[in-house]
Amino acid sequence: MKKKVEVFTVTKNRRINQEYLILHVASETSLPEILPGQFVEIKVENGPNTFLRRPISIHEVDNDKNEILLLIQEVGEGTRLMAELKPGDKLDMIYPLGNQFSIPNKGNVLLVGGGVGVAPLLMLGRFLKANGATPHFLLGARSENILMDLTDYKKIGDVGVTTEDGSLGVKGFVTDHPLMKEGLANMDLVCTCGPDPMMRAVAAAAKSANIKCEVSLENMMACGFGACLCCVVDTKEGNKCTCTEGPVFDINELKGW
Amino acid sequence: MVNLAVDINGYSLKNPVMTASGTFGFGEEYEDFINIDDLGGIVVKGTTLHHREGNAYPRMAETPAGMLNAVGLQNKGVDYFINNIYPRIKHYNTGIFVNVSGSAIEDYVETAEKLNDLENIPGIELNISCPNVKEGGMSFGVHCPSAVAVTEAVRKVYKKHLMVKLSPNVTDVTEIAKGVEGAGADSVSLINTLLGMAINAEKRRPELSTITGGLSGPCIKPVALRMVWQVYNAVKVPIIGMGGIMNATDAIEFMLAGATAIQVGTANFIDPTITVKIVDGIKDYMNRHSITDVNNLIGGMIVD
Repeated sequence: MKKKVEVFTVTKNRRINQEYLILHVASETSLPEILPGQFVEIKVENGPNTFLRRPISIHEVDNDKNEILLLIQEVGEGTRLMAELKPGDKLDMIYPLGNQFSIPNKGNVLLVGGGVGVAPLLMLGRFLKANGATPHFLLGARSENILMDLTDYKKIGDVGVTTEDGSLGVKGFVTDHPLMKEGLANMDLVCTCGPDPMMRAVAAAAKSANIKCEVSLENMMACGFGACLCCVVDTKEGNKCTCTEGPVFDINELKGW
Repeated sequence: MVNLAVDINGYSLKNPVMTASGTFGFGEEYEDFINIDDLGGIVVKGTTLHHREGNAYPRMAETPAGMLNAVGLQNKGVDYFINNIYPRIKHYNTGIFVNVSGSAIEDYVETAEKLNDLENIPGIELNISCPNVKEGGMSFGVHCPSAVAVTEAVRKVYKKHLMVKLSPNVTDVTEIAKGVEGAGADSVSLINTLLGMAINAEKRRPELSTITGGLSGPCIKPVALRMVWQVYNAVKVPIIGMGGIMNATDAIEFMLAGATAIQVGTANFIDPTITVKIVDGIKDYMNRHSITDVNNLIGGMIVD
């Protein structure tokens, strides 16, 4: 799939809660094929404080409107500037980057997301369902007030929720949820994206239950297209670039997982 | 029509814009974005005699107007390059230079010898200035006798264009430049990255696995320009200037300071099409200033 640099136009900046927003950005031409798990590299300002591009996971694609949706969590200067974008503003992106999650055509797939790591899972669920598999979502957050709106997820599959403060769903971490305990045996594949400790805990549970598990890594990178060799992950075949050979890896490929 | 071609000691580049080693892969990584044949030359990823896994993650940190890297010359070795990569890229109609690094003089010599016979590789860039490998690289480039020794040894076996990449992490860059010129270098390229470091105060830990790394980007441009100008006044061989070039104006500044050609590095990460934009921008500048030959820019800084 050919990568390109393109200037998109912001069409909507939808605030979800105090930390998260969804940016809608439109292309003037029809979008190329974009797959669940892929990402974009956004040029924020290339100024002294945000010099490099920011890798952001693709949340959803609206092919009718030629729009890409990006879930943004305000964590630093780059994402703060993205949060200030208004309809009509321009956004320079390199896309589509990286590989994708597996899309089996049958069986149960558990999609486990934590924090902003839920970003690619909605689109993944849509692809899985369309292909004949049954997606089950498990979303974790610190508290209900920073959780995603679950409406769209519930249209695609059943949704389990954990919050660290117990304000919604099961109190605790995603690994405390029944879907990750007795429910795990019914799964044929686990796909996870989120903070590293969460993904490691999910991967460990999947591994001990002997279920295939894919993780989406977010190693720091300078380019996003395989040139800088900064974002490497240690695999059984040596160093691989998270940006081009990932970000999705089967845990059996990775060393130390 | 303007003339963009420059001559680096007998080898002609169709324009002065090259890419810096380690920022442009083997060219293939950029094929989706630009036509590689539009460039004056490319310098492919640092190559060593044997396979190197490079340093542990994390290898990169963003810094004010730049970045630190500590990749550590990850590459599959010169034989892999010759057998697997060269056949894929030899069709490029641009000057393909191989950046050669090593931890002992014999490694440099053996690697250079193996590259001698590749028809479409007109030259090598001797990397005696990589700050990211413990056992070598920069240690050759920061002392004049070792810089001279490795250049002399490679010169004896390597028949084609020998470019030597200089380290800025020295007291007097002109001494090293004069040394390698005397040892047979056909050109010098400068500057490699400046040794730097970054600390995460919240975590009280270094940002890089190696603690120190190479600083690049526009933050180093004034240092690089100064060194290019100093070397221009010290040696006769052509200079390939680099260090924080982000646009055509930066490139022209390096040529005015004395560079015959330039290399674009970190800017490729932010805009993978920047090199061809720089070629176009140089043309625009020449038209605006009624300059018909790009060679008239070299060392063209006016000091009143």
